Amino acid sequence: MNRNVTRQSTSIFAIGAAYGLTGVALVPLGLVLVFTIARGLPAALHPEFFTNVERPVGVPGAGIAHAIIGTLILVGVASLISIPIGILGGVFLSEYGANRWSNWVRLACDVLIGTPSIAIGLFAYALFVLPFHHFSGLSGSIALAVLMLPIVMRTTESAVSLIPPGLRESGLALGLPRWRVSLQLILPAAAAGVITGALLSVARASGETAPLLFTAFGTPFLNFDPTTALNALPLVVYHNALQPYKDLQDEAWGAALVLIVLVLLINLGSRYVLRRQLRFAGQM
Amino acid sequence: MASAFKTVGAPASERRRAPDRYRDLTLVMATAAPVVLLLIILILLQQAWPSVTHFGLKFLVTRDWNPVTLHFGALPGIFGTIATSLLALVLALPVGVAAALVLAEQGQQAIRGVLGIGIELLAAIPSVVYGIWALYVLGPWTFQHISSPMADRFTNVGWLSEASPRSLFTAALVLAVMILPTLTAVSRDVIRSIPRGLKENSIALGATWWETTWGVILPAARAGIFGATILALGRALGETIAVTMVIGNNYQIPPSIFSPAYTLASVIANEFTEATGTLYPAALVELGLVLILVTLTVNVGALLLVRSATARSAI
Repeated sequence: MNRNVTRQSTSIFAIGAAYGLTGVALVPLGLVLVFTIARGLPAALHPEFFTNVERPVGVPGAGIAHAIIGTLILVGVASLISIPIGILGGVFLSEYGANRWSNWVRLACDVLIGTPSIAIGLFAYALFVLPFHHFSGLSGSIALAVLMLPIVMRTTESAVSLIPPGLRESGLALGLPRWRVSLQLILPAAAAGVITGALLSVARASGETAPLLFTAFGTPFLNFDPTTALNALPLVVYHNALQPYKDLQDEAWGAALVLIVLVLLINLGSRYVLRRQLRFAGQM
Repeated sequence: MASAFKTVGAPASERRRAPDRYRDLTLVMATAAPVVLLLIILILLQQAWPSVTHFGLKFLVTRDWNPVTLHFGALPGIFGTIATSLLALVLALPVGVAAALVLAEQGQQAIRGVLGIGIELLAAIPSVVYGIWALYVLGPWTFQHISSPMADRFTNVGWLSEASPRSLFTAALVLAVMILPTLTAVSRDVIRSIPRGLKENSIALGATWWETTWGVILPAARAGIFGATILALGRALGETIAVTMVIGNNYQIPPSIFSPAYTLASVIANEFTEATGTLYPAALVELGLVLILVTLTVNVGALLLVRSATARSAI
């Protein structure tokens, strides 16, 4: 009897420890959010923070408009490159994926997802900055596209392979060519999963700093031209956080807050899309 | 007669299928992934070539980093990268496995849903935000409450002395937080893929939750959890920005875990835009090459482990 009491209490203690440790895992999330909001809000509450650009230290009214525009352009161009390629590649993996080459593609994707982003920055620098002798937003977009591509490809593959084979077979039985079955039947049915993957890759690219350090590089001016240097929100956070001036550090916290809100909104948005789709699928 | 047969239907080998252009198109798109991966390695190799030929294998074992005399060695960077990552793993592993066990349980999906979302959001926070938080909040706090007291207490223990607010230890702490989601998500999938019969048998024999977990689930998930650990290690090795902001950027093999150090990725992030000449940037790219080859090996190993661990249960 006594032995059983020990066994049960050990088990209860272990359950408590497991839940406790899981709680510990969430402490940093809370702390990061609380501190970013508390220290970023004073800067982000001024409307000119979103309309002005960088000012010299000591001059009030500095803003991050240039960085917001830069991030939009960088991530936009990167999405235009990587999302179509990623979706079509993912379709290949799920529609024609039962061969050896597809396994290599899958492995390459998974390895690429784990490749250090700074190395991808070096790659984009060597290919698109060195030959032109100046930093450019386009080279930054290429680096981000390399980051996004494998994510889009793998999520598209898993979203498409979740579609019941009956749908594909009935399309083929009606005599539709394979491309029409794929583009007009399967992809719309898998849209939520595909969009989720694309949104997650956009969120990831928006927060990346390392690949932009020596490609987009950063600029203090409002710039819409992706063939020259562009700034980005993560670059502003990184550069200003390491400055000794309190004004610049406050700007960094403000930019971090804007960045975190942007990324979390995209993430929650993708979750919403996916949930709607799951509910829809449940009704079918 | 023979010709009549031919018009009716050629043998299957001669009959041409309509070319599936759609397949070809998607095949080309899919091939982009391995091509890019190969291109990254080749281009880094090409850019690093002056340094590779100049220093040879000595590059990996020497400790100098002097852009004036052009003596470069990667050892302190390699040491810092491996030390921060391993320390981060040690810190993150118990938390990650516990969270995976909790998330893989059946029932009470509401609580688990919230916990799961929390851990996924942890993965969504950009590296640079962790960096600024660690620089202004975590670093000073650990310096005041952990590293300084420890260093004062253990003055004669070399690897615990000389506390500094930006240190290898702070970097490892941030890394631990950053790899936690990978560790948890992959371990959870591995634990979920264990055949339910195993667990049910154990419970039917009267084992408690802890006995089932420790005696049945964890041994069955061992290979997969090991794979998840290695995958997280790969992430930690390549993480750049947050580490660069808190590690102190001192190119040395640090005397203690509370001293400033440097990692391969941080050296590149800090110095690459200012590197002039031929040999200096080439040496920096060679650091990147070392980094990418190490993470590549680690990742492929981990992926194969995870894949075999989750595939086995599907049978």
